[in-house]
Amino acid sequence: MRAADSDVAGLGATRAIAFVAPALLLIGVFLVFPALWTLYIGITNYQLTGPAAAQPRVVGLDNFVSALNDALFLNSVGLTALFVFGSAVIGQNVLGFVLAWLLRRVRPSLRRTVEAFVLLAWILPGPVVAYLWFAVLSRDGGTFGLLLNDPATAWLVEYPMVSLIVFNIWRGTAFSMLLYTSALAAVPPTQLETARLVGASGWQTVRDVVFPHIRGHVLTNTLLISLWTANDFTPFLLTAGGPNHRSEVLPVLIYRQALESGQLGYASAMSLLLLVGNLVIALVYLRLLRRRA
Amino acid sequence: MAGIEITGVSTVYPNGVRAVDDLDLTIADGELFALLGPSGCGKTTLLRTIAGLEPAAAGSVAIDARDVTRLEPGARGVAMVFQDYALFPHMTVAENIAYPLRVRHVAKSRQREVAAQTAGSLSLGELLDRRPGQLSGGQQQRAALARAIAAGAEVLLLDEPLSNLDARLRLEARTFLKRLQHELALTTVFVTHDQAEALALADRIAVMDSGRIRQLGTPREVFQRPADTFVANFIGSTPMNLLPGKASDGAVSVAGARLPVEVDLVDGTPLVVGVRPEYLKVSGAGLSGRVSIVENLGVTSLVTIECADGTLVGLTVPEQEEPAVGEALSVSAAPGRLLLYGEDGRLLGSR
Amino acid sequence: MTPGFVVRRIGFYVLVAVVLAFFAVPMLWLASAPFDARPGLGLRWPDWTWSNVTATFQHPFALTSLLNSLVLCGIATVVTTAFAALAAYSLSRVRIPGRDLLLYLLLLLSSVVTGTAAMVPIFVLMLQLGLINSQFGTALVIASGMLPAAIFILKDFVDAVPRSYEESARVFGASPAQVLGHVVLPIARPGIATILVWSFVNAWGNFLLPFLLLRDVGKQPAAVLLRTLNDEGGSANLTVIPVFSLLYSIPVVALYLLVSKRYGFRFHGGIKS
Repeated sequence: MRAADSDVAGLGATRAIAFVAPALLLIGVFLVFPALWTLYIGITNYQLTGPAAAQPRVVGLDNFVSALNDALFLNSVGLTALFVFGSAVIGQNVLGFVLAWLLRRVRPSLRRTVEAFVLLAWILPGPVVAYLWFAVLSRDGGTFGLLLNDPATAWLVEYPMVSLIVFNIWRGTAFSMLLYTSALAAVPPTQLETARLVGASGWQTVRDVVFPHIRGHVLTNTLLISLWTANDFTPFLLTAGGPNHRSEVLPVLIYRQALESGQLGYASAMSLLLLVGNLVIALVYLRLLRRRA
Repeated sequence: MAGIEITGVSTVYPNGVRAVDDLDLTIADGELFALLGPSGCGKTTLLRTIAGLEPAAAGSVAIDARDVTRLEPGARGVAMVFQDYALFPHMTVAENIAYPLRVRHVAKSRQREVAAQTAGSLSLGELLDRRPGQLSGGQQQRAALARAIAAGAEVLLLDEPLSNLDARLRLEARTFLKRLQHELALTTVFVTHDQAEALALADRIAVMDSGRIRQLGTPREVFQRPADTFVANFIGSTPMNLLPGKASDGAVSVAGARLPVEVDLVDGTPLVVGVRPEYLKVSGAGLSGRVSIVENLGVTSLVTIECADGTLVGLTVPEQEEPAVGEALSVSAAPGRLLLYGEDGRLLGSR
Repeated sequence: MTPGFVVRRIGFYVLVAVVLAFFAVPMLWLASAPFDARPGLGLRWPDWTWSNVTATFQHPFALTSLLNSLVLCGIATVVTTAFAALAAYSLSRVRIPGRDLLLYLLLLLSSVVTGTAAMVPIFVLMLQLGLINSQFGTALVIASGMLPAAIFILKDFVDAVPRSYEESARVFGASPAQVLGHVVLPIARPGIATILVWSFVNAWGNFLLPFLLLRDVGKQPAAVLLRTLNDEGGSANLTVIPVFSLLYSIPVVALYLLVSKRYGFRFHGGIKS
């Protein structure tokens, strides 16, 4: 702590504020304002076209009440929960950890190869990977059908949620793998060696030595990937919510209500739920960060 | 004449701590001056206040009789070497050394000339095109010194200049630094927490604690007559004996013995008797006890004796006179080496 | 070697092989189908040909959309990096009143207000500002979504640069502009490069915002056109889609290789979201 911490570079308060201003202006206009505006649009009957487009009327909590009674909305909330739980909390988390744990001690060349493919799945543009999986899972010639010798099944139609979950595990495991790799590197090697000396099995080592060290990382990772998965729009590219709303997760539902049905007010009320969910996860996450700091 | 005149300076942290507290200090032109103290005593803050990196909350700083209290660091005519050297990693040694000239838009050719010349005098001539990352610790330290010298300032400020070097290199660098300062005759202020370094290098030392100066003097004064028990404790490679005693019948009684020194105090006044282990020697009379520990210091040994009342007294003896553990010994101080401190820790006098 | 050990080793490699296949198989199509004379959806050894590439180059929108992607991502990346660098430096070095609260809110915003959760108000805002079909406007929306995280990643970088560099330059008389140009920018270069790549990759793959805000097919980036090609259906597009997907993926993969070669694939909080 130093007195001059207030200004190391001799920048001066005016210049300092001028440096921050452009970023804050953009964030204010395109991030903060829309977030707050959601609240207002959510209590109107604003529509994309028609009379309510020109003269939206405040309808109070009507949108929220109808959402809670809307079977499509409840279906979507359930599917989103399933999607987050299956692909992020369980899928990416477990596969990410297993990969990090297994790849610790294999030959560097093999490790780099596996890591390269896992990372590639993560960095390829969303529309491309969506198409890749569309090809893998499609009827009549899709690779998956060929492998199982069952070319007649349209996997995306028959099992839309399972397909989405597998797809998202494939897509997002890299983050968990990277995070757990760096977390595992921080486990003191002497403790692992002690476990080996007393003859602990692999599972006992993970449970008694590794897990206590990475508990914080598990929580952090779970929160972040849950948040990203809940807000992921890529399912729209794979199934567009179909067939018959069977894979209509919240982001897809909001889009279809707002842009396809034109119910901007109603869709806004639904977005609010997503915003509140994000806020809760983010607050817990920040609390964790602060406690660790 | 680039002396430094510090008058009533206070430097206050945002959390209210007064790192430097109403401090007065005059540093003479050409002097090699040490700010010495434990970490957190305010010595680095004082140095940074002189440089202008910390704003003085009160008081004034004058360099060369010019008030610089409100001036930017770059306008004060000071150069500084930071503890981590702060050599710019993306510039070569030559570019680093010439940086003070580049800031002033001096011609490129002249920059190169000054860099080569300064580097040459610090035996860095071969390393001009290296990057700081490719230099050893000692070379980095000299490159940082070279940059400070190339700035052409009249005052040189060094923050812990030797602390990042390993032990052997530190002794070499110490000698080098002293010779360099002597040749350049720059007013130099350096900060250190190492009392041996301050004693060896400085013309004068200010021992600091809690933002104030505890004692100001030459290394000899500070070592032989610490102004209070804090300084007595801090200076010296073996800790000074500070023995609780009291005045009785015009003399001092301590650890069950009567020391034949005259004091003019009321009987029973508590005192602290200070004497360095180096100034005690084995004799027939004085403090007596049994040898409890012997530590080898190389040429000498540090012997700890335990008096009858449990007081521990340390003294150094030549290695060939090392006593056995358990042996009974009496020790007394060389004349004039016994220091008497009052209950408040301040020096009353020496006997 | 005990039999148990051998079984465990075999099990281990089978597991690694299965995982590797899981991740690799969907991607291999991207390498084979573009050069297959009879491209299908399934993975197979291609009958080599360049005709798909020619067909893709002749498609009326394929190259335009890649160009659109470049413009859109170029603007978004430059705006994000420049604004984030200025803000991060200032927030790292100067104690502006309310800085800690501001940082907290930024961190919160970066995760809470996603394009998905705010798509309705963003769409309405741009509609009312008359910025639907404006590439510049869309780029600004994309940039503002990336800004909070970019500021954070960069602030971490700047925080790690010792303050003594700047102090040293100041003692030697450097003005604030000189401190920035001579010392801060060169030292922060790896951080700035990271943000450039990060924001480009993120903007390049962004589908929702351009899909929402750019309705004119002549202005749509590759992300949106790829979906349009797929939606139109028909076997004709199987000549275009594989090559187009490959072309669209190359910049991202190239950047990834560049970054992992130069800096190693370092890990910054939520570097990709």
